Amino acid sequence: MATKELKFKGRVIAGGDLVGEAVVSKQGLNTLATFQNSLIIKAKKVVCGDQNNADIYKKVLTGKILCLPMTIGSTTGGLVIQTVCSMGSNPSAFLFSKTIDSLALSGITLATIWENSKVIAIDKLGDEFLETVKTGDQIEIKADGTVIIHPATTSNQVQK
Amino acid sequence: MKLTKDEKAILDGSEGPTMAKIMRTMVMFGEIAGAKRLVPVTHEGHLVTSFGISILKPVYRIMNEIIDSGIKAKWSFTMDPRPIDYVNVKCNLLNKFVFSKVMYGQQKKYEEQLRKVGLRGTNDFSCTCYLPEMGNTPKKGDVLSWAESSAVVYANSVLGARCNRNSGMFDLFGNILGKVPEFGFLLDEGREANWVIDIKTTTLPEAQILGSAIGMAVGDGVPFIKGLDKFLGKKLDAKTCSYLKDMGAASASNGAVGLYHIQNLTPDAVEKGTALIKTSPNHLEITDEYLQKVYDNYPILWKNKNAKPYLCFIGCPHLSLEQMVSWTNNITDSLAKNGRNIVTMRTVITTSPAVLDAFKKLPEYQKLLDTGVKISNICPLMYVDNPVAGKKPIITCSNKLRTYSGSRYYKESEIIDIITGKKEGK
Repeated sequence: MATKELKFKGRVIAGGDLVGEAVVSKQGLNTLATFQNSLIIKAKKVVCGDQNNADIYKKVLTGKILCLPMTIGSTTGGLVIQTVCSMGSNPSAFLFSKTIDSLALSGITLATIWENSKVIAIDKLGDEFLETVKTGDQIEIKADGTVIIHPATTSNQVQK
Repeated sequence: MKLTKDEKAILDGSEGPTMAKIMRTMVMFGEIAGAKRLVPVTHEGHLVTSFGISILKPVYRIMNEIIDSGIKAKWSFTMDPRPIDYVNVKCNLLNKFVFSKVMYGQQKKYEEQLRKVGLRGTNDFSCTCYLPEMGNTPKKGDVLSWAESSAVVYANSVLGARCNRNSGMFDLFGNILGKVPEFGFLLDEGREANWVIDIKTTTLPEAQILGSAIGMAVGDGVPFIKGLDKFLGKKLDAKTCSYLKDMGAASASNGAVGLYHIQNLTPDAVEKGTALIKTSPNHLEITDEYLQKVYDNYPILWKNKNAKPYLCFIGCPHLSLEQMVSWTNNITDSLAKNGRNIVTMRTVITTSPAVLDAFKKLPEYQKLLDTGVKISNICPLMYVDNPVAGKKPIITCSNKLRTYSGSRYYKESEIIDIITGKKEGK
């Protein structure tokens, strides 16, 4: 079944080229609540532990392209992102529909400068991006901040 | 960002490679955040990362680098609460092993690192550093390099200080440099409200539920709250400040609120009134029914939803002195009504070391101990947040603790009823 390509352009916070699978949180992502359980047990694959986020609760995030409006919650958030990146169990990319919040920005900055992480972060992709992208979609990210969604067909859309 | 000659020199390595890296971190962050310059910090710091959790290896590595470079913070700092108190929050052997060896095995070493870099005092561990007894109380207009979401929202909203929702590490970096990027809540325009919240309840709402409702609705917005002064009055007395502390903590953890204004009460709102509200703000009306719906929708994560509670935590954020007294009186009054002398289940009340010292001088201190309630200075979240303790049925009246753990939330009056035997904790 033919699928339609959808292209968006955002601001590059930490750039790079990448193709991967989307995991989508329509609501603000509570960083500490999302990552803490997996960090404590030193899980190689991070599973979202935020009970209040039905979109991604119990979904694997490691290596995925995390699409979200912004992050919320505790100010340990940036440090949590840095630590997840230092362990290599981070989502490969964070795609923010809104302007990146200070905690997520802290995490990406710390990961980039202090961990030499290649984590990708793009913000200001717009509300339409988040309305369009679905968990399981293939995402193509370009170093200039272009994000292309290749929607998963009904048959190959995976519910993880 | 436009840097001064001195700041450029630091970036170029005049004070060594580690200071250059810290400056580079702050500049990258500031530029993306839209800051035009760095501005001086004008008050002591407060750091969120108080727990020597083994997994935070990047923190210990960076701290070592800072110490090895001979760097000390320009502003000393207080810390969030410690994670362990085996005397007042007893643990079984398995729990002790998990806490001491798996979870917080780095605590002693980490506190030593903090002391070398600029920890203010050996007992300065509380999330409520801003309370008078703790003495890290900024004044209106002070620029801060703080983290801890509940402390930041309190400093901005109730004290009128200026602080962004900094992350762990950035809180320290700002106090090392003595400077922070100027954006967001540091600017007048960043403090304007983009939400108007109309409180239409029949009585004063439960602080923790109101804060949760506001946080969930506005996310990182700045709410201007109307109608709350009808219940709270127009004076920031100890009782009102305690209410705002709990409301703000819930709004910051259930959303990302870093600043709120309460009409006729909080400093910015008293000074500028409705002129603080941006054009075309979002609106939300909060009624009794709205709050009941929020409360009813909190998920119950216990395996057995009817399990008998194992432990009750009160005091996240740490209780103020006024709250220590009022909780004591409420517990003892309810126990007396129910014909009991001691609480029906393990109950731990948490407060700061400095508030506890002040509380010990009051008659209520012994009165509370006589009920069997334990008093601790730990962070309840740090206790609950592990695979062993986290599986136990724990109850709380803290919305922050509910958000970050499997603890079940009850209103304060329900908690009193449960721990004094009037109601089953199910």
